Amino acid sequence: MNSSVITFPGSNCDRDMDVALKKFGFKNKMIWHNDVELPKSDLVVLPGGFSYGDYLRCGSMASKSKIMQSVINFAKKGGKVMGICNGFQILVESGLLPGALLRNKYLQFVCKNVFVKVNNKDNDYFKNLKKDILEFHVAHNEGNYYCSKEQVKEINDNNQIAIYYSDATGNINENNNPNGSIKNIAGIFSKKKNILGMMPHPERMIDPVLSGNDGSIFFENLINNLK
Amino acid sequence: MKVSVVITLKKDVLDPQGKVIHQTLDGMGFDNINEVRQGKYFEIVTKEDDKKKAEKKVEDMCKKLLANLVIEDYRIIESQ
Repeated sequence: MNSSVITFPGSNCDRDMDVALKKFGFKNKMIWHNDVELPKSDLVVLPGGFSYGDYLRCGSMASKSKIMQSVINFAKKGGKVMGICNGFQILVESGLLPGALLRNKYLQFVCKNVFVKVNNKDNDYFKNLKKDILEFHVAHNEGNYYCSKEQVKEINDNNQIAIYYSDATGNINENNNPNGSIKNIAGIFSKKKNILGMMPHPERMIDPVLSGNDGSIFFENLINNLK
Repeated sequence: MKVSVVITLKKDVLDPQGKVIHQTLDGMGFDNINEVRQGKYFEIVTKEDDKKKAEKKVEDMCKKLLANLVIEDYRIIESQ
């Protein structure tokens, strides 16, 4: 399985993602934002970080960079594209995913472990996943998922909500919403479920000694689904 | 031609920074404030001399980059 991680100026989770993908069997290539061609990939990852210093709006500059046209074409043909944190922001800014990510409701940078409940397993990202609730890590200032009422209904009807912020037992309520996201949404899919954007970082949970193992479960399952 | 644009969050989008600024102004004794909304201001100096053409270009810039129309509105406030 071939994967590509795009590095933008200001990305800082690109190498963590590279380590995670390789650990679970992907042949990963790092791609510079100024490149035009995307190598043959089964998965393209837009990593976390602060691309272009979060100027204007998070992800807005990166969404216009050269490589993004290839990523958009790849995604429109059904290619798998996953955006984590800043990568999620880039996906909404490029129009590949609906909605927007606003400043956290309580104006605080959130950096902590969170639990997420998987809402839809009928896709290549979560199919056959052994667990329903995963512990991931979040670190962001603009993770407050927003979309209009009509769009909420639309993404709900199309089963586009991928994961919700929850507690360890799967309760979804305001107490375990770290940033004010509508309906506790932590990640969403495109209509065809080939694009996934989420604020939590699975790549930070791939070593039980350092952090946790739920990222390992996610990546192991992902590569098996893509094979 | 210099075109000035103001971009603000849409009415139904929560503006927590505006809220905090409102509260702080209240605390400083500036009462009678109903609401504070924070926004962004751009001055774009173009080589275009025709006002209509310049504004049309800036509008296009707003739609494609300067504003995110999911959450923001833009308003051209001055061209000179």
